[in-house]
Amino acid sequence: MSEFEPIIIAFCCHYCAYGAADLAGSMRLEYPPNIRVIRLPCTGKVTPIFLLRAFEKGADGVYVAGCLEGDCHFIHGNLVAKPRVNFTKKLIQEVGLEPERLEMFNMSAAMGPRFAEVAREFYDRIKKLGPSPLNKKAHVTSAAA
Amino acid sequence: MVIGERKPFDEIMKMIEDHNKIMVLGCGGCVTVCLTGGQEEVRVLSSQLRMAREKDGKPLEIIEKTIERQCDPEYIEGVQALLPEVDAILSMACGAGVNFMAETYMGKPIYPALNTTFVGGSKKEGYYVERCQTCGDCKLYYTAGICPIARCSKSLLNGPCGGSAKGKCEINPEVDCAWQLIIDRLKSLDQMNRYEDFMAANDWRHNRDGGPRTMIREDFQR
Repeated sequence: MSEFEPIIIAFCCHYCAYGAADLAGSMRLEYPPNIRVIRLPCTGKVTPIFLLRAFEKGADGVYVAGCLEGDCHFIHGNLVAKPRVNFTKKLIQEVGLEPERLEMFNMSAAMGPRFAEVAREFYDRIKKLGPSPLNKKAHVTSAAA
Repeated sequence: MVIGERKPFDEIMKMIEDHNKIMVLGCGGCVTVCLTGGQEEVRVLSSQLRMAREKDGKPLEIIEKTIERQCDPEYIEGVQALLPEVDAILSMACGAGVNFMAETYMGKPIYPALNTTFVGGSKKEGYYVERCQTCGDCKLYYTAGICPIARCSKSLLNGPCGGSAKGKCEINPEVDCAWQLIIDRLKSLDQMNRYEDFMAANDWRHNRDGGPRTMIREDFQR
């Protein structure tokens, strides 16, 4: 069986995590290339269906990265996202996916090293969990080929 | 509005286990407002069902649709053209909507995705509370607009019981004593004389006890 390389979707707020990702790049920090960033105007834009669709389309892990609590550019968007992420954890659990495959992180635009650290930590977590139960078959098939 | 709550996921999965293609049908009325059966919830439930079935190796095809109201023949007709394509319909409307769909479309299984719970309103976003029991015989004039039928745990009509303490009900310290609320409000309106009026027992024939109810506006009958 070939080495499992997870697909990870990171929903990043334009005003913080996206900037932090940019900074991480400028600082030449390394983090796993499995992270696919989707920029949002604010994490308050996230609804459960965004996260479910990511899993449905083949993500092994999904995280939402917003501003530090109290520092949201739109005052409370990240505090709107937090309970939605927690609620969606329950929804994926009902489906049979581990809730750990979904997480919310907070960081500022100045926290490039933290962005890379979160990316590495989350990559390790998903790597340990293995492929999403929805992708298991596809993974086995591709490994056999 | 009518408040509904989504059924446990496993129960829904069990209902549709024999079908390969279904329609998840949302309702644009009350259940959209109470965030349990509108367009967004149709998307979420459909996504969950597709994933769960994919995981079990029995893929499920879903047509996602939401109509204005499922308790109105005018809108129900709108799904007719899609029915031959699906094995069954999973309705996210309240019980009334499910009944209307079932009466309209013979030969097509229709399943409820929600438990219809009560008639109420939103205290704040995503937080719903019961305020009416549709007893059919409103007492709100005597009780300063606060319903003793729906809000008193015992539906008492002539004052609180001995279980009222510090404004709360004995069933749960979080539940307000309806009669405390009524008396406080009557006092604020200087209408405590209404509390002195004896209220006769409720006429439960206007409630469900008289069988299914109808309401007919004669001027609309042709």
